[in-house]
Amino acid sequence: MQVIFRTSYDQDIDHLVDRGEKYRILAAIALALIAPLLVGSYLLSELAIFLVYILAGLGLMVLTGFSGQVSFGHAAFLGIGAYAHSIFLGYGIPFVVSLPMAGLLSGAIGAALGRAVSRMHGFYLAIATLAFAIVVETVIGEWEQVTGGHMGMQVPALSVFGLELGESWQQYYLILAVVIFFIWGVANLMRSPTGRAMVAVRDSEASARSLGLDTARTKILAFFISALITGVAGGLLAHLLFYLAPESFGVQDSLRLLLMIIVGGLGTITGAVFGAVFVTVLPNIIGVLKQILPDTVANAPGLEQLLFGAIIAGFIIFEPEGLYGRWRKLRLFFETYPYYKKSTFVRQKRYLKTERFR
Amino acid sequence: METSDVIQLALIGISQGCGYALVAIGFVFIYRATEIINFAHGELMMLGAFMVLTFAQIWGLNFWLSACLGILSLGVFGYLLDAVVMRRIVGESQAIIFILTVAIALMLRSLAGIIWGWSPRSLDVPFMQDVQIGGIVLGMDRIAIILGTILLCALLYWFFSRTRTGLAIQASSQSQLAAYYSRIPVKRLISVVWAIAAMVAAVAGLMMAPVTQVDTGMSAFGIKAFAGAVVGGFGSIPGALLGCLLIGLAEPFLDFFFPAFKGVYAYIIMLVVLFIRPEGLIPQTFAKKV
Repeated sequence: MQVIFRTSYDQDIDHLVDRGEKYRILAAIALALIAPLLVGSYLLSELAIFLVYILAGLGLMVLTGFSGQVSFGHAAFLGIGAYAHSIFLGYGIPFVVSLPMAGLLSGAIGAALGRAVSRMHGFYLAIATLAFAIVVETVIGEWEQVTGGHMGMQVPALSVFGLELGESWQQYYLILAVVIFFIWGVANLMRSPTGRAMVAVRDSEASARSLGLDTARTKILAFFISALITGVAGGLLAHLLFYLAPESFGVQDSLRLLLMIIVGGLGTITGAVFGAVFVTVLPNIIGVLKQILPDTVANAPGLEQLLFGAIIAGFIIFEPEGLYGRWRKLRLFFETYPYYKKSTFVRQKRYLKTERFR
Repeated sequence: METSDVIQLALIGISQGCGYALVAIGFVFIYRATEIINFAHGELMMLGAFMVLTFAQIWGLNFWLSACLGILSLGVFGYLLDAVVMRRIVGESQAIIFILTVAIALMLRSLAGIIWGWSPRSLDVPFMQDVQIGGIVLGMDRIAIILGTILLCALLYWFFSRTRTGLAIQASSQSQLAAYYSRIPVKRLISVVWAIAAMVAAVAGLMMAPVTQVDTGMSAFGIKAFAGAVVGGFGSIPGALLGCLLIGLAEPFLDFFFPAFKGVYAYIIMLVVLFIRPEGLIPQTFAKKV
């Protein structure tokens, strides 16, 4: 078992104290960097979508995982980012300006929503954001002069500083750079006073307020940052989809984002990455399951949804901590080898917990 | 727009609102007893309609008999849903339980699609014909929904305020621990609440079947009922009835006058109400005193 000695005061706010963790993350980044050499261009564009999902999940994680504000409508920000970015590009604004502008616009709308819903909590918030997403989807569909309505909208080609990035490996590296920048940014945010204020608001609003935190401001800020990150993810996603339609940003996608971070593990950056892995691998798992099942069942329409629901339900019932929780248990098992005991992770259930008081 | 049109639209609105209210009552029962928000309630309603369809048209039973059988089977289903699945995750955070019910909703919908097919089916009910009152044609099915809702509300009111079981359920929803100390079988009663809620949803499905057709898309009805319950203030039954009637009544008129956003007015109304009163019209949550 590894014992970590504290040798400086800065160690308390270091990103990675555990040495193994450091090596694993370096290895992951190295693997991501050499991936274009290892896989073909189809798999590479799949990987790019996977990276965008990490970014979108990270955005939702800031809001739901770190600040405790459940959002059921985050695909709306993905859509706002994607459409805003494409429209700005259409006006001839260069990529390096357009992407931050799309992110800021999405963030501003997010902050406005956050301001409006900052007095809500729990599932009132979830439902308000769900309704917001439905309204945004409808507006995108109806506002034909700008968004092309349900006919869809062509996304302009991707070029940075006059350099056409048509190859999938070029786009992959661009997206990888943006994703790593935001992961680093969120990691920094979470060790800053602002990030800690968010966690305090998540854990108990009453005690956060009694410590002198402005809870409404913290929530609005969380909405802003979260919508900004998700908007940037939307802008990147637009280039991978080539063609935008309001249906790509519907309630189903919001649900998928939320399922992603819950399956990954709420409240950790690693959870967002694990969740994105899960969502990307899930269709393949379902494909394998379909081969095992008899033909008449396997070809029934709607089976994918059934298996999707069953896998999610199974996760929530048997592993509510998500994949990250499972990973922690596995790690501890090997670190403490013969002394691992199950009861380390038995959660204390609070049967009398009530949400009628907040 | 003439008076008869107004009356027509109002009748459609009120009956639609009553349909929402029947589903919303189920949401509120489950929420009050367990603080679980059951997103799968629209699916329970759909399942109820499908069960009645099975008994009436595939088995060829008498309509009233198959209605009773369908409602009872949903009661059993609701009881088992709590006893087998939901009881395992008591004590988890509300968001996670909410996601679980979303997953259950997905499963139920695709299961129904696999078993009964994805295309809409029509259910023949004895209250289909139109009646004419003073030159205005009214659908009997619409009137049946309103009457059925009033009847069912009265029945439920009697059950919860007069019978021993109903009072025990009220007690355990106020404080589970105190109810447990008074020898009330809290676990079983919570399952009974799920059964009652599922049965009410089945009645709603049965009532709405002639209006909407029986298909898997019926579950979208549940989300609008949810919006109605939120407008009224989740956790309050008069609030849920009020909110659902409000949404049901406003919807046809708004659809008629401003068709641009047809179908999403329920959500717009809900957003507006939540912005003005974040806890709904009749609030049920209170700030914690530290």
